[in-house]
Amino acid sequence: MSQKINDAIMENVENLSKLSLTAQEREKTAKEMEKILSYVEKLNELDTEGEEPLIHILDEGSRFREDEVTNGNGRDEALANAPGVADGQYTVPRTV
Amino acid sequence: MEILKFSALELGQKIKRGEISVKEAAEAYINRTKEKEPEIHAFLSLNDTGLSKRIEEVQEGIRAGKYKSPLAGVPIAVKDNICTKGIKTTCGSKMLENFIPGYDAQVIRKLNDAGMILTGKTNMDEFAMGSTTETSAFGITGNPWNNRYVPGGSSGGSCAAVSAGEIPLALGSDTGGSIRQPAAFCGVTGLKPTYGRVSRYGLIAYASSLDQIGTIGRNVRDCAALFETIAGWDEKDGTSSSGKTERWGSLEGNLKGVRIGLPKEYFGKGLDNHIKEALEQAAELMRESGALVEECSLKMTEYTIPAYYIIACAEASSNLERFDGVKYGYRAKNWENIHDMYRKTRTAGFGEEVKRRILLGSFVLSAGYYDAYYLKALKAKNMIKKEFDRTFEKYDCILAPAAPSSAPMKGTSLQDPLKMYLSDIYTVAVNLAGLPAVSLPCAMGKDGLPVGMQLIGNRFQESKILKAAMEYEKLRGAFKMAWEVKG
Repeated sequence: MSQKINDAIMENVENLSKLSLTAQEREKTAKEMEKILSYVEKLNELDTEGEEPLIHILDEGSRFREDEVTNGNGRDEALANAPGVADGQYTVPRTV
Repeated sequence: MEILKFSALELGQKIKRGEISVKEAAEAYINRTKEKEPEIHAFLSLNDTGLSKRIEEVQEGIRAGKYKSPLAGVPIAVKDNICTKGIKTTCGSKMLENFIPGYDAQVIRKLNDAGMILTGKTNMDEFAMGSTTETSAFGITGNPWNNRYVPGGSSGGSCAAVSAGEIPLALGSDTGGSIRQPAAFCGVTGLKPTYGRVSRYGLIAYASSLDQIGTIGRNVRDCAALFETIAGWDEKDGTSSSGKTERWGSLEGNLKGVRIGLPKEYFGKGLDNHIKEALEQAAELMRESGALVEECSLKMTEYTIPAYYIIACAEASSNLERFDGVKYGYRAKNWENIHDMYRKTRTAGFGEEVKRRILLGSFVLSAGYYDAYYLKALKAKNMIKKEFDRTFEKYDCILAPAAPSSAPMKGTSLQDPLKMYLSDIYTVAVNLAGLPAVSLPCAMGKDGLPVGMQLIGNRFQESKILKAAMEYEKLRGAFKMAWEVKG
């Protein structure tokens, strides 16, 4: 059974994605997504009862290090890429 | 053209002996690049800042014994999703059109430590999402065998550059076949290492559990030597493996007693006949040389693309959240508030294929659908991994096609996304299971386009596939690059 992508689902997914589609794009994308989803639903043929979800392909998994700064202070280089900068900080639209 | 004739390792040796200078080598390739770029468009930017100083420094370093790598002084090109300090890194996206990283990726540090010369950054599908290099925001790359065809993707720029003789070696990245498929389409060799072998620090993420940096060159030994240069544990990448590295560049080819499996699911419906025949011929050559070649079965094959696209899109939707118009990259001009700015920035900054994958990924991770799609795909991934584990108890290598057909014509692939996804059938399983695989040319098709094949190995068994591939190469004979045939 294929998942029907209606307007409400598209609106939610666009919100989550922080993307805006025009009515035309939304209709086209919804159709493509339905087609792709109905294909990937092939996985439902698989009996995955008792199967663990596999996140890390290597037995070592993820390893962590101490949260110490090792790459120096790259503030100026980092800020040089920002679209908006003031007083050595990123600027964003007013939020409060 | 004289310098272009040498393999990367031969060139490195001549530089070491003083027969060719670092400057002569770099100039030969830069001139060739300038000559071919109007036609091929493999590069997004050329590294001209500080290059002559770097060339002098490397020449002196080789003389003084600072640079001992067999690839010291050899030019290299790097895919544009790998961060290069002070050099624009765009990911083929308008979103990062003016992004200049403040640091080098770990692989770039390793290339620098080896004394290699970075000549430029190569074109790619936007954020590595695509199979043709046509989703790049900065123009389409041509296939050096026939410019009306695509080079494959997403590392199409790197593979086309090697094929066209613009560079002897290149780095690419492979999330679902993005090194192996364009290598096959361009008639070059590409190695996708075991997940975790090469640090992803500084590789702009697409799907972090699948992404791996790999090497592209004219032959297996060059790729192995470059792999040796960039591999190894790195504490800056939490998924980097502590597995022991080897002298891959010095391996000797061998096929005697090597057990090779041909998965019957890879040779059935959907595979072009001329590719099937080319692979059967390759299998026969290896059999005559003492390999034990037999049919095997990978029953999970039909589930690999569904699992791959769910996982890859889910991770992409999460990874690409960072492009919000605040810290780097493009920012939309007119907006009402911060959320509006995010949306307008992302809507204008990303191309169609990237948006499609972000939307799909957000859907499979959203409340109510997570279990049915994402979790199900992770369970399928486990079954796929286990099937490979069982297969590699019986076989040293799996011989597989790299793609169901040779390179498609430009402008024919993007209209039907699902159809394009399905063409990844022979490559995505390797990423899901974290396996190493080498893609190398095995024949020329009647259409004048090369045919590639893959040798796939178990995790951390690169030496097995490289040895088999080196021996196969000898049996096959020299495979001419496009630049040698087409000029």
